[in-house]
Amino acid sequence: MSAVRELIEPQPAPPVPAFGWSRARIAGAALLSLWVIAGIALVAWLIGAWDIDKVMTYGPKMLSGLGTTLTLVGISITLGAVLSVPIALGRMSSNRILSSIAYGYVYFFRGTPLIAQLFLIYYGFGTYREELEALGLWVFFRDAWNCALFAFTLNTAAYQAEILRGAIESVARGQHEGAAALGLTRFQTFHQIILPQAMIVALRPYGNEIILMIKGSAIVAIVTVFDLMGETRRAYSRTFDFQTYIWAAVFYLVIVETLRNIWEKLEQRLTRHLKR
Amino acid sequence: MEPTASLGGQLYALVSLFDPFCGPVGILNLLPDGSLLSCGDTGWGDEVARGFFVTITLALCTLPIGLAIGLFLALAQQSEIRTLKISANIYTTIFRGLPELLTIFMIYFGLQIAVRELAMALGFASGFDINSFVAGTIALSLVFSAYAAEVLSSAFKAIPNGQYEASYALGLRPGKTMRLVILPQLVRIALPGLGNLWMILIKDTALISVIGLGDTLRQTGIAAKVTKEAFFFYGTACLLFLALAMVSSVVFSKIEMRVRRSGVNR
Repeated sequence: MSAVRELIEPQPAPPVPAFGWSRARIAGAALLSLWVIAGIALVAWLIGAWDIDKVMTYGPKMLSGLGTTLTLVGISITLGAVLSVPIALGRMSSNRILSSIAYGYVYFFRGTPLIAQLFLIYYGFGTYREELEALGLWVFFRDAWNCALFAFTLNTAAYQAEILRGAIESVARGQHEGAAALGLTRFQTFHQIILPQAMIVALRPYGNEIILMIKGSAIVAIVTVFDLMGETRRAYSRTFDFQTYIWAAVFYLVIVETLRNIWEKLEQRLTRHLKR
Repeated sequence: MEPTASLGGQLYALVSLFDPFCGPVGILNLLPDGSLLSCGDTGWGDEVARGFFVTITLALCTLPIGLAIGLFLALAQQSEIRTLKISANIYTTIFRGLPELLTIFMIYFGLQIAVRELAMALGFASGFDINSFVAGTIALSLVFSAYAAEVLSSAFKAIPNGQYEASYALGLRPGKTMRLVILPQLVRIALPGLGNLWMILIKDTALISVIGLGDTLRQTGIAAKVTKEAFFFYGTACLLFLALAMVSSVVFSKIEMRVRRSGVNR
């Protein structure tokens, strides 16, 4: 018979591995110092190239361009949200014709580049000038700003419709059944049961869509709308100073990062009842 | 120069045999002679087709570069070393936050300035022109890799730790673990996300037309300006992009099915 007679003595904790310069660590330090050097060089160059005349001339213009960008995106996101509701309902409808029309719309606007859609509307509608004049719509489509707004609204409506549809379909069936069992009408069910739950699912994709629109809106500069990108291009073509692009990049990065952080906070706040 | 004089010319001749638009069995040859999209000098079919091939080539050139950089970024984001993680996050934040158009302009003009300065410093009298295809490939690879890094690193997170542990227990080195155990599973998880990125990449190639690359959008734009049939030609461009998207989605669902075949349901 064997029995344990001696217990193992308490052992000291294993030694902490010595700090070694592995290859990954060296690569990491090198890359990070590269970023730091690049950042310092950029700031030093911007300070060295600071020209108060240029800043006074082009600074306010770029700020107004920023306003143009935000207005354009704000209006088209709002109008797109309104337009996306019937499209999403069409997508979910059991009527074959309605759902295939909605599917075709969504497929077209999500499958082609936004810039091609913009060109199709801005340049392409010019082919039908007489017809549009007869309808009195030419005044609208003559203007690049209106065309951009129109193209962006149609485009974001397609994306938002898919977000909305995905979110509504993600709500469990039991929720519908429970609401029906409680005797709620269809409208009440949708408005008070389904939509609040769907909106939480849709929150993150909506945030991404806004960011994508802000970035995508830069292409209006090509059809002569002077948004942030347009003002930047104009300033660059007059000064040939690469600074203008750097400042535009800073503006865009600040907007996108701010929006992303706001959205994260919003999401945390709105989903706090789901946390365990 | 004779078109078949060089190897490149022969290759071109060979490829144009299978040209689905204007080749011997091309669909555009079915059109009547005077139509806008017919091949040869009378129509714009061959010009538009050439632009379409440029679009495809650009996307196909960007894909491997972007995927490779994206994989390294994802590995860096996964790593326990803080400096690597921070460097990768700076990269993805910048290139995901900048509008693609701005990235393209910055790369195109920035590279031109840099090359000119470099040429002056090395004593060349005149600078070199930066090819818009090269600039476009670089810019799109930067954007694509930043997005691919996010997709791949969330796929990395989906692989349970036990896979690494089991692999180390079997005595595989980290490199082999990655190649034989992790990457095959990673591909399966990341494929839908990468498919989306490929669709976005195809659409982003249209932006390169603004720096003068003769892609689909630019070629149709030229045709539209000359013929004053803007709606027709931009509509054609949209349809070509749609066709590309449809073909891609078919190919991707095939690949996904093939990859899933060997998968284990978890």
